[in-house]
Amino acid sequence: MDFELDADQESLQEGVRAFVEGRVPLDTVRELEAAGARVDRALWAELGEMGVFSVALPEDQGGLGMGVAEAALVFEELGRGIVPGPLVGTALAAGILDGAATGELVVAVLEPAEPITVVEFPADVDALLLLADDGIRRIDPATLETTPVGRPTDALTPLAVVNSAIPTGELIADAAASARARLVGTTLTAALQVGVALRATELATQYAKEREQFGKVIGSFQAVKHLCADMLIRAEVARVAVYAAAVTLDGRSDDDVVRAVAAAKCVAGDAALQNGKSGIQVHGGNGFTWEFDIGRYWKRACVLDTQFGNSDEHALHVAEMV
Amino acid sequence: MDLLYTAEEQAFRAELREWLGDVLPTLGSEPDREDWAARRAWDLGWTATLHRAGYSGINWPKEFGGRGATPTEHLIYIEETERAHAPYIGMNFVGMLHAGPTLIAEASDEQKAFHLPGILEGRHLWCQGFSEPNAGSDLASLRTRGVRDGDDYVINGQKIWTSFGHVADYCEMLIRTDPEAPKHKGISWIIVPMDTPGIDVRPLRTMEGSTEFCEVFFDDVRVPVANRVGAENDGWRVAMVTLSFERGTAFVADVIKSMELVRALKEFAQHVTSKGATRWEDAALRLEIGKCAAELDALWALTKRNISQAQRTGLVGVGGNVFKVAWTDLRHHLGDVAMRVLDRASLSIEDVAGLANGEHVSGRFFALSMSIAAGTSQVNRNVIGERVLGLPKER
Repeated sequence: MDFELDADQESLQEGVRAFVEGRVPLDTVRELEAAGARVDRALWAELGEMGVFSVALPEDQGGLGMGVAEAALVFEELGRGIVPGPLVGTALAAGILDGAATGELVVAVLEPAEPITVVEFPADVDALLLLADDGIRRIDPATLETTPVGRPTDALTPLAVVNSAIPTGELIADAAASARARLVGTTLTAALQVGVALRATELATQYAKEREQFGKVIGSFQAVKHLCADMLIRAEVARVAVYAAAVTLDGRSDDDVVRAVAAAKCVAGDAALQNGKSGIQVHGGNGFTWEFDIGRYWKRACVLDTQFGNSDEHALHVAEMV
Repeated sequence: MDLLYTAEEQAFRAELREWLGDVLPTLGSEPDREDWAARRAWDLGWTATLHRAGYSGINWPKEFGGRGATPTEHLIYIEETERAHAPYIGMNFVGMLHAGPTLIAEASDEQKAFHLPGILEGRHLWCQGFSEPNAGSDLASLRTRGVRDGDDYVINGQKIWTSFGHVADYCEMLIRTDPEAPKHKGISWIIVPMDTPGIDVRPLRTMEGSTEFCEVFFDDVRVPVANRVGAENDGWRVAMVTLSFERGTAFVADVIKSMELVRALKEFAQHVTSKGATRWEDAALRLEIGKCAAELDALWALTKRNISQAQRTGLVGVGGNVFKVAWTDLRHHLGDVAMRVLDRASLSIEDVAGLANGEHVSGRFFALSMSIAAGTSQVNRNVIGERVLGLPKER
């Protein structure tokens, strides 16, 4: 047993972090947001070229030939950068739909839900994946009647509400592949949540080191310091839960895979949401402005919690498996 | 990242499991928890049994009589012994987890030769004399004095929270040997035989009603200078060596036990009813139980990461502080959830009316002490804020 990252995993994570910081820094994210948060096709192709969508795809299928654990490390970095776009859907489509692995296609997951079903990135999405019980179904977005959401909670995640019945679409993978895709998609979404939780901790800590009140930096006050410490604790606990789930999906653990994935999404979802909130609190009034990025982290946490089952649903699922 | 165990680790587990299967049925029943003489004999007897089988001092180096197990084997050891409901380290925890490792790191050859076998073979019981009534989180402000007089230190003062002090043979103790020096620079670490004249041990009753803690009073207690470990006034550094051991695998058994408690709680909830429905049909309770279980799974993963880090670097690092705070918060949460499941059965510390409520209720009391002992959650948050996040000290 060795639960530390190996040298290849460390360099993979560092490489993706450097790419995100260089190619999609928060300045660029804000520009994309101001321009309506359309999917940047050039960026999407660059992400595809890096292998972001095909980490766990075998090399003979054009992938990096690594595992879900490595994919989780990559998605943690994308979460840290709140990189916009249907990242998980496109990664799940890699190897099933031509052009997904390379980032030529923009693919999102469609999750029929109540009270509304939404399509993410409706102006850009080329294909939708329905992870049904009988298999993965490809749905053409043009076959859905939708109404755009005027003011999405996360301006970086544009949405449209589906008004029509969901068509059956085209069966493109079997039931086992669909079940596996649900687990992988849940884990990669949890990895994005971990990235959000970690970066929110860093943003709050940085602010607490700079902002002065009562003649001192506010991070010296225990009331603020403990908010930051709790953010780190939640992020670190969530991070290992997600790594454990990913490693289990790779067959590198004897744990029950369904339970490991559910626990990861539960813990990571709570960590991202709570760290977003605490991060805003540390930023004070500035945290509530459009100008400061911490609010974008909370908003992304809100989106991610609704994907692949929210934290409470996964907690109830874990309770059944106790 | 790999959570699969190697062939050697699996063989270690299989051998241990087989041995436990053979030895545990021969043990008889555990003594009453307040019968301290019987508990001392039980705990030291278990250590002696472990020693005969080569498991005592599982993670101690071989050259000092231990098994020299790797951190992963140590984890497997705790996991297997806890799952098999073998006796825990019990009263021997100070000797095995604090005093022994400190002696290995800092003591003279003579001190090691005398004391280490006593701990490993289950002959000597140790207690700890660190905290004082006015030196808790601010441990370095301790005032129990040790004044040099010939070849002795003459010790006067008071210690508190000394677990099992009334049945211990030796005390690992911090005394102030230079009251003029800055507070961290005037402390020495010394071995005090508990039968030395002038020591008065008074059991301290906890809010649960147990008397495992003691207050220990020292009135002109003469202890040879030769009992000091490390240099005079270097005791703070020596003590920190001890405390760093506490954050390694110290709570692993509690995590495993809590996983069993969650299962027991579910079982309980499925069988007791309230207003015509089983407690398990209450989605709010199921949700809380599920959250506790998910967090426990996450902390089990964190344990494995901390162990892996210890295996690579020899240190647990900040993962130990993160674990301690997260774990004790979770233990509080689990206790509170259990109370809601048990309802009025939570009002008895003993099992009542044929219900298995007792372990949940006493566990909830235990949680209250967990977030205070071995560094309060507040001190740990300061450590994380300052040493990991780099935030400035308050002052």
